[in-house]
Amino acid sequence: MKKTYKIDVDCANCANKMQEAAKKTEGVKDAVVNFMTLKMIVEFEEGTDEKEVMKNILKNCKKVEDDCEIYL
Amino acid sequence: MNKKARLILIRIIICVIILITYHFLNIDENAYALYLYLLPYLLIAYDILIKAIKGIIKGQIFDENFLMFIASIGAFFLGEYHESVAVMLFYQVGEMFQSYAIRKSRKNISELMDIRPDYAYLLDENNEANKVDPYEVNVGDIILVKVGDKIPLDGIIIEGESILNTAALTGESKPLNVKINDEVISGCINMYSTLKIKVTKAFEESTASRILDLVENASSNKSHSEEFISKFARFYTPIVCLGAVLLAFLPPLINLILNNDLNFNTWLYRAFTFLVISCPCALVISIPLSFFGGIGGASNAGILVKGSNYLETLSKTKYVAFDKTGTMTKGIFEVSCYHECKISEEELLEYAAYAECLSNHPIGQSIVKKYGKKIDKERVESIKEISGMGVVGKVLGKEVIAGNKKLLTDYDIKVEDCFDESTIVYVAIDSKYVGHLHIADTIKPTSKKAIKALKEMGIIKTIMLTGDKNKTANNVAKELNIDEVYGELLPNQKISKLEKIIQDKNQNDVLAFIGDGINDAPVIARADVGISMGALGSDAAIEAADVVLMDDDPYKIVTAIKIAKKCLKIVYENIYFAIGIKIICLILGALGYASMWLAIFADTGVMVIAVLNAIRALYVRNLK
Repeated sequence: MKKTYKIDVDCANCANKMQEAAKKTEGVKDAVVNFMTLKMIVEFEEGTDEKEVMKNILKNCKKVEDDCEIYL
Repeated sequence: MNKKARLILIRIIICVIILITYHFLNIDENAYALYLYLLPYLLIAYDILIKAIKGIIKGQIFDENFLMFIASIGAFFLGEYHESVAVMLFYQVGEMFQSYAIRKSRKNISELMDIRPDYAYLLDENNEANKVDPYEVNVGDIILVKVGDKIPLDGIIIEGESILNTAALTGESKPLNVKINDEVISGCINMYSTLKIKVTKAFEESTASRILDLVENASSNKSHSEEFISKFARFYTPIVCLGAVLLAFLPPLINLILNNDLNFNTWLYRAFTFLVISCPCALVISIPLSFFGGIGGASNAGILVKGSNYLETLSKTKYVAFDKTGTMTKGIFEVSCYHECKISEEELLEYAAYAECLSNHPIGQSIVKKYGKKIDKERVESIKEISGMGVVGKVLGKEVIAGNKKLLTDYDIKVEDCFDESTIVYVAIDSKYVGHLHIADTIKPTSKKAIKALKEMGIIKTIMLTGDKNKTANNVAKELNIDEVYGELLPNQKISKLEKIIQDKNQNDVLAFIGDGINDAPVIARADVGISMGALGSDAAIEAADVVLMDDDPYKIVTAIKIAKKCLKIVYENIYFAIGIKIICLILGALGYASMWLAIFADTGVMVIAVLNAIRALYVRNLK
């Protein structure tokens, strides 16, 4: 299950950090942040509640980069 | 300019005014200088300070806000008030430039890929057109496409005929004539008259959406250079910060041991300079941006690259292998010449065309097409098609036989073998052999130019793999000046041949294979870089390859490699430039030759230059 989300973040390094944070979130198989298109592509693990996972991703991203946003 | 950017600009301007005023008031001599400088400092830096403190609370100590915070506070501590404010001021200016450059390049790229239709005119029961979001249109709906509008969804024309401009998809403005029952694809612009189209694919499935999706997600397939940079960034910042700590404490410690003057402040200042240079942003932003620009530029030229990694591999291409039919040749049979004519060529063609006028066979149709004039049905009495051999009929008042050698021999007509082994249609009139026509697949007009250009750019070998007869293959290869040719290959033999070539070459050299994407899909998948051609409207071809040429012009291969090379050159320029300047500034900083001003340049200045350089990857006009 793959889904794309629009994000907002100011710098490229911050985008990398968001990617790392998203990858480490439970229920996420893989995550890619594309700074140029401001998109996050998340691949969820089987049988996970994606809404719940996305909430956690956002929380983890906020932890590493305060000034970021994921439009759920 | 958005609200955020405008606010920063206002803060920068006010800060500069305050600094200039202070300068003329000679404020540095004032006993209250520290407090006076706090005003512009807080004005320019408050958001960074807040972010830094938040970062510390969350345990993020290596982010750039934190580093700027430490460096500027440090400068304050050392009594370098105006320098401290300047560090923040220039950092903000740099950030502003950076976000401007990125916003600009985002806009450029999205303009280049402006194929996404914004609306569709949906016809309701009363035959009235309503402007709707293309997402709302369903398969089977009828839409109206006005002149000057983009076709929003793939479909079939049910009313009207027009001329389409495919430039946004193919990069070439070649007008395309369309009429009733023709399939049309989204992204083309209707140039001549209103069309009614029955939608065959939902918006997400339509060509324009699929292509955009492909390009936008392309940078998710990261290249080696990008991976190298993110790894580098992970180590770089901590190492430089460690260097700063050592620089602050080690030399004074040595001085203490040697009983020299401590010079603590000098070394502390140098350590702070280090911190300013330690942000890896210039690299982290400019490398993906270069690739993104390259992919965007390529798509503007009608070349879809499915990932930065493929652009990187493509730039190292040394071997180019291709299929013949449909790639180097048109894949359409055409009458190429006439031989042994006992009657005039025009007459020969006329009889053959009349005899073949009911045939569905591509060879027969090619003869009728070559004849070009209208067939007068009155003059066709009877025609019998003999499958796999040819036709026998009474046309133009004569008994005409047109077909292969066997057919004529069956009718006891003696024909001579021709030196050329291509497809031949022998013609006999009233049981007398009158000559034959050669039917050949013609070479595309740009094939020769493409091979020549490939050689000029340093491709070691060009190779042709084809299922066609050796003789035909050799003729085409000779005509085009292709180095190696392998004919009479079955599809699976093509793969094993390609594998052998890949094995025999130097491992670092890249082999690209170009085919039509439908028959050659497995071969395309096996090559280092698989390129499919003529993909406009063909899902299979887009699916199979790493790089997709939207039209069937073989010269696009050259363009694609050129774009890849330019992009990679920019990538390396940025890597060497950014790392080089940073290292030089670090050394100068350690030796005490670099002030914080230079450090600021090494940070934001390099970043802005690298971003501007990266944007160049977008412009590919002169490479076409």
